[in-house]
Amino acid sequence: MRLLSKLEIGEKATITAVRGEGAVRRRLFDMGITPGAEVYLRKKAPLGDPIEIAIRGYELTLRKSEASQVEVQ
Amino acid sequence: MLKFALAGNPNSGKTTLFNALTGSTAHVGNWPGVTVDKREGTYKKGAEPIGIVDLPGIYSLSPYTPEEVISRNFLLSDEINGIINIVDATNLERNLYLTTQLMELGVPMVIALNMTDVLDKQGDKIDVRALERRIGYPVVEISALKGTNVDDLMEKATEAIKTKRVGETVLKDSLLGSAIANAEIALKLKGVYAPLFHAVKLVEKDEIEVKSHPEEAKAVEAFIQANAGGREIDTEAEIADARYKYITSRFSTTLTRARKLDYNELSKSNKADKVLTHKWFGIPIFLIILFAVFHLTFSENVLYLGSIIPSFGEWCGQEGSVAKGIFFGDGLNSPGVILFNALDLLTSKIGEWMGMGLEGLGAHEAVVGLVCDGVWGGISSVLSFLPQILVLFLFFSILEDSGYMARVAFMLDRIFRRFGVSGRAFMPMIMGFGCSVPAMINTRTMADQKEREATVRVIPFFSCGAKMPILLAIAGGIVEKFGIGNADIITYSMYLLGMVVAMLSLLIMRNTTMRGEASPFIMELPIYHMPGFKNLMLHLWDKAKHFIQKAFTIILVSCVIVWFLSNFGWAWNYVGENMDQSILASIGKLIQPFFTPLGFGSQLSSTGWVFAVAALTGLIAKEDVIATFGTLAGCLMAGFEVSGALEEGVEEVIVMITSTGISIPALLAFIAFNMLTIPCFAAVATAKAEIGKGKFKWTLLFWIFTSYLVSTMVYTIGEFWWTSFIWASVAIITTIAIVLYNKKADKKGKV
Repeated sequence: MRLLSKLEIGEKATITAVRGEGAVRRRLFDMGITPGAEVYLRKKAPLGDPIEIAIRGYELTLRKSEASQVEVQ
Repeated sequence: MLKFALAGNPNSGKTTLFNALTGSTAHVGNWPGVTVDKREGTYKKGAEPIGIVDLPGIYSLSPYTPEEVISRNFLLSDEINGIINIVDATNLERNLYLTTQLMELGVPMVIALNMTDVLDKQGDKIDVRALERRIGYPVVEISALKGTNVDDLMEKATEAIKTKRVGETVLKDSLLGSAIANAEIALKLKGVYAPLFHAVKLVEKDEIEVKSHPEEAKAVEAFIQANAGGREIDTEAEIADARYKYITSRFSTTLTRARKLDYNELSKSNKADKVLTHKWFGIPIFLIILFAVFHLTFSENVLYLGSIIPSFGEWCGQEGSVAKGIFFGDGLNSPGVILFNALDLLTSKIGEWMGMGLEGLGAHEAVVGLVCDGVWGGISSVLSFLPQILVLFLFFSILEDSGYMARVAFMLDRIFRRFGVSGRAFMPMIMGFGCSVPAMINTRTMADQKEREATVRVIPFFSCGAKMPILLAIAGGIVEKFGIGNADIITYSMYLLGMVVAMLSLLIMRNTTMRGEASPFIMELPIYHMPGFKNLMLHLWDKAKHFIQKAFTIILVSCVIVWFLSNFGWAWNYVGENMDQSILASIGKLIQPFFTPLGFGSQLSSTGWVFAVAALTGLIAKEDVIATFGTLAGCLMAGFEVSGALEEGVEEVIVMITSTGISIPALLAFIAFNMLTIPCFAAVATAKAEIGKGKFKWTLLFWIFTSYLVSTMVYTIGEFWWTSFIWASVAIITTIAIVLYNKKADKKGKV
């Protein structure tokens, strides 16, 4: 098991679970971060955080702290 | 009248469609969260007029930010006959996720499939008829931007509401399908509006829902437990997952891609981002763009041509010629300055003609004074700055329309977080350079209440268009009168001062009275596109109209009042050039001592109260500060000659400087004070509405305190350099105190 926040640039993975609770987790689901979805780490912001991912055909940015709630394979 | 709501994801083109349907010119941009309030218009091309309501964009019906609550509540009210769900075809899955929730409301709905033209260009194709069959709601392909098929859409919409609908869910066959069905029956018996929608929310254990139906919530919980066979079910995850699974298996299959999805194959947007958000160059490029924007608006020496090429001045025509006056300053003028000069020439000519005309008619001295100095002197000194305000606004509109702003938020989030706000705060801040009012409203896209309030408070520090005349006129005045420095540099530094004070205030607030961490940052990065010419012109026209309207209403009235108060004494006697005996003078002298630490108080000569009065009129509208100078200068000017042809505004400032004997640091402190203090009436009212009553008085105090403190600092350091040591030690002691206090509070919190 790995975390989305630990992916390398240009790496592809499949989401297996989303941890945590409350509004932030809910938001991650709404944005399409659900188990089974494929993610691709497009790039990191100039200062290393947040990160930019491609998911469900669009580009999304989130912080590493939020990405560490997402388990990938 | 029939009424339809426009619902859809942020940045899917709702407002563009709204404008196309209703002929409005509502503000659109290319970043998620431009629309933060609902807006109504009328579609008139059909058999009968139809009401259209534009709503803030939402990703789901579980609201996350204040503006999303507006959308959800409106969609759940029975005010609407139907929904027009706008779906971005280039982003089908995530857009249809909302659609599956809207279907549960049981309200007639039409799906407007937008941006299929973009899809066509990529060679991708959606089988619209198949999609329509599977969703079970009419689907119309449109282009909101070009207005293609929008009449067809409205026809289908009016047709659709003729058949009553009940809620339908794609979750029927999922793990929780039976739990939802049972909850729906229970809620229907209770007579709840849109029972299926509430049933799903109840199963999801949505907080609001559980609170309003506690008994049903318990029953649902028991039912799920019984069916799970001892397994713990995460209903929220289960439902989101089931929705997306349904979408990918049933709806996404109607899309045929020309090529297989390959992440290494970069789209145009990705290529642009390779440079614009580059690891090393991204932030420097942003800083260069920001500087270029200000440079092209304010500089009288574009690209420093005048300094680089020594003989540049000689090529540019003769000193004193009209062309030289308009196009060339120290070098080549920037577009902003060229337009300013042209308009300035016109307004001063109009002023002259009016004066000559009235005198020719033999009008009384007071009438000439009122018209030429009071009214025209005030208005023209402000109006001349309109071109520069528009040029600055145009540049920001281009950046906003292109999709670059969202990238800047992405790059700056890390830095902003240190100051206690998320990168999201960047958007309202940059809007603040235009006008504080929409900027403050835009903070609704921020999820955390405290963070939002802190941001609203600092937005006025991002010097708005109305404050621009203050900066430019005084900077120009300093350079002309004292013959030192460079007007551009003074202007830039004052803008910079505002930004620095804003960030420091955020840092202090988020560590003291509004303590908290920056809220999460989860944001979509839209695809770049070329800004539409028509859209840009609409933005500009709106801004210009607003400014001119203001000049001929609020500012005109203010000027007349200021003129009257400065030309008449308490006995209502005309005092004319003896302004010192006027009503305004006595009021001004009363508040003047308050500004002594700031350099424009009692230390000035007998006419020094004009600065105090100007600052006071700025509370109505910030343009009034320079307009007041314009009005008052007429009286003061009689005493001496101002050499050469000077710009409106600048000329008045020189009159002020000469007659009051104010110093440069005091003038800078005066700019700082006006920039940081209580903003104009409209911004104050907006802040009150956005922040809420309780904290509002603290906000007013915050503005007064900050402006007073910073301006005093600017003045004292400028006048007596050694005071910087005192200020530095005060800053250090305060910082240590805050850090220690917070450490102690944290310890207490842990125990």
